[in-house]
Amino acid sequence: MTAQHQFPQATGGAGPATDEVLHAEHISKRFGAVTALVDVTVRLNRGEVLGLIGDNGAGKSTLLKIFCGFQQPDSGRILLNGEEVTLKSVMHARSLGIDVVYQDLALVNELSVYHNMFLNREEVRGPLLSNRLMRRIARDHLDEMGVHIPSVNVPVASLSGGQRQAIAVARAVFGNAKVLLLDEPLAAMGAKEVAMILDLIKDLKRRGDVSIIIIAHNYGQVLEICDRVNLLQHGEITLDKLSQDTSVQELNDIVVAEYRRALEERQRSA
Amino acid sequence: MSDTVESVGNVVGGTGPGGGNGRGNGARQLLASGFGVFARQREATVLVVTVALLLYFGLSDASSFVSQVNAVDLLSELMAPIAIIAIGEVLLLICGEIDLSVGFIYTFAPFVMLYAVTDYHVPAALAVLLGLLSGVLAGWVNGFLTVTLRVPSFIATIGTGFMLWGLALTVSSAEPQEIPPSSVSAGKVLGIPSNPWQWMPFIWAVVLVLIFHIVLTRTRWGLYTVAAGGNLLGAREAGINVGRIKYGNFMITGFMGALVGLQTAFYTNNVDPSAGGYQPMFYAVIAAVIGGTAMLGGSGTILGAFLGAVVLATLTDGFDIIGISANPLPIIFGGAILVAMIANVQLARLRQAGRTL
Repeated sequence: MTAQHQFPQATGGAGPATDEVLHAEHISKRFGAVTALVDVTVRLNRGEVLGLIGDNGAGKSTLLKIFCGFQQPDSGRILLNGEEVTLKSVMHARSLGIDVVYQDLALVNELSVYHNMFLNREEVRGPLLSNRLMRRIARDHLDEMGVHIPSVNVPVASLSGGQRQAIAVARAVFGNAKVLLLDEPLAAMGAKEVAMILDLIKDLKRRGDVSIIIIAHNYGQVLEICDRVNLLQHGEITLDKLSQDTSVQELNDIVVAEYRRALEERQRSA
Repeated sequence: MSDTVESVGNVVGGTGPGGGNGRGNGARQLLASGFGVFARQREATVLVVTVALLLYFGLSDASSFVSQVNAVDLLSELMAPIAIIAIGEVLLLICGEIDLSVGFIYTFAPFVMLYAVTDYHVPAALAVLLGLLSGVLAGWVNGFLTVTLRVPSFIATIGTGFMLWGLALTVSSAEPQEIPPSSVSAGKVLGIPSNPWQWMPFIWAVVLVLIFHIVLTRTRWGLYTVAAGGNLLGAREAGINVGRIKYGNFMITGFMGALVGLQTAFYTNNVDPSAGGYQPMFYAVIAAVIGGTAMLGGSGTILGAFLGAVVLATLTDGFDIIGISANPLPIIFGGAILVAMIANVQLARLRQAGRTL
C-alpha cells in the first residue's frame, strides 16, 4: 500500500503525466433500469484539488460513493497509488486513506468538538477517556489547520454550518486521509462561511499531502479553488480541463446547452 | 484563564474566522465541556425541586418524615427501584430506544430464582444469579428484535413484556409464593427488611447510579451511546458498531429490571406475579424525563434521572405522611412530565436557533 511507484500515464485528460494518487478507469454503475455511470475515467494527481461538476442526477454522487467504498462499481477498476484496490466499505476505504465528508452527516451534534474529532479513535487510559489529552490534541490540530472555533469543549450543535464543515474536514485529515472527498462542502452557506472553507482547502493544498475531490455547483467557487475540473453529464465525463484553461462562461454555456436540448426533446415528444 | 471564561461564554452562535480560539489549559477548565455545563444546569433544576420537596415535607411533619423508618421507606422501597430501572432507560433513551418490558422482567426474574431453588435445588446464591441472568437474556431478546429484526423498540418491548407477564402468571398460576426460608439469607445483599440490610436497595441504587454515570460520561460506551442516538448514520459512518451498543443497553436494562424484581421479592419475602408491571417502568421513564433526558435520543443524564426518582419517591411518600389522599398524585406526576418535556423541547429549539444564526 505504501509503495508509491509512478506508473505509466493513463488515458485522456489534460496536463502532463504526473504522480497520480487516485485513478479510476471505465467505471460503470447501474441501478435497475437507470444507468448512473457509463464509462467514467477519473484521475487525481497528488496534492491536486479536482472539481466535479454536473447537473443533478449526472452521477457525481454515485462516483463519490464508489470512491469512498459505499458502493461498488459494476465494472472498471480503481488504482490507489498505482495499485489496484477493491474498496469493500467506507471503513475499508478510510483505512486505505480515502475519506469522505458529507455535509451534516459526519458529526454528532450532541458531542463536543473534540469528542467528534476523536470519534471511534478515542484516547483512553484503561476504561476511561483521556479527555484532557484529546482536548489538547484537538485544539492543537485545529489551530494548526487554521480552524478557529470558540472552544473545542462546546457541543458541535452550537457551531455554524461552516465551522462544522471545517471540523469534519479537519477530522478526516486528522484521521490521516490522503484522498479527501467533499460532497457539496459549500452548499447552504453564507459568503463568510464559504470563505472560511475555501481558505481551509487552500491551506490543505499548500501543504500538499492531501488530494481532494470536491462536488460543487457554484462554478466561480470551483474555478477559484480547484486545479482542474471534470464535468459529468448523463454518467459520462464530457469535459476535463485545468481551471486556468476554462471559465465560468464556458461551463455555464455547456450546461445551458444541455438544458436547451432537454427542453427541445420534451417539446418534440409532447 | 480569562480565555477560558470567554470561550465558554461565547458558545451560542459561534463566531466566524478570527473568533476566540479557546487556548485555555484543559486541566484548569473546571466547566469541562459546554455540553457538560448544559447537562449540569438541567440537573441543577431537578436538584432544586428535590431539595424544595424534601424541605416542604420535612417541615410539614418533621417527626414522621425525618425518621429512620420513613427514610428506609422513601429511599429503599420507593426511590431505589425507580432509580435503578431509570439507569437502563436513560441509556436506552439516549441511544434512541426504549424498553417498555422492563417492568415485566421485574415480574418474571424472581420466578426464575424461585423455581431454580424449589424445583431444581440450585443453591440460593446461584439462583439469584440465574434470576439476574434471565433479565440480561430478556434484554438480549429485546436487542435482537430491535437491532437485528428492526422492529421499533416501542412495539418490540410491548410484545416481550406481555410474554414475560404471561409466563410469570402461567408458572405461578397467578398465585404469590413465599421465598423458602432457607434462601432468605441469600437475599441479604440485595436487601431484606431488617437492619442494616434494609438499606441495601438504596446502596445498590447509589452505587449503580455512580458507576453508570461514569460509564455514560467518561467511557467509550457512553460516548457511543450518545453518538448512536444523536446521529445514527454519522456514528455508523465513523465505524461505531451501533448495534452492539443498543444490544448492550437493552441487556443492562434487563439486568436492572431483574435486580429490582429480586430485591422486591426478598424485601417483601414474596414472589408475586402482580409485582412489577407497567408502573415501575413508567416511573423510571418519568424520572429520566424529569432529570433532563430527551425522548428523541442524543442527550440525558443518569444523575438527573436519580434526582427524578427522588422527586417521585418524595412526592409519593410525602403525600402519605402529611395525610393527603394519594389520589391526585398522578395529576402531579403527569404535570411534572409535561413541564419537563416542554422545557426539553423549548431548550432544544433555542439550541437550534442558536445554531442557524
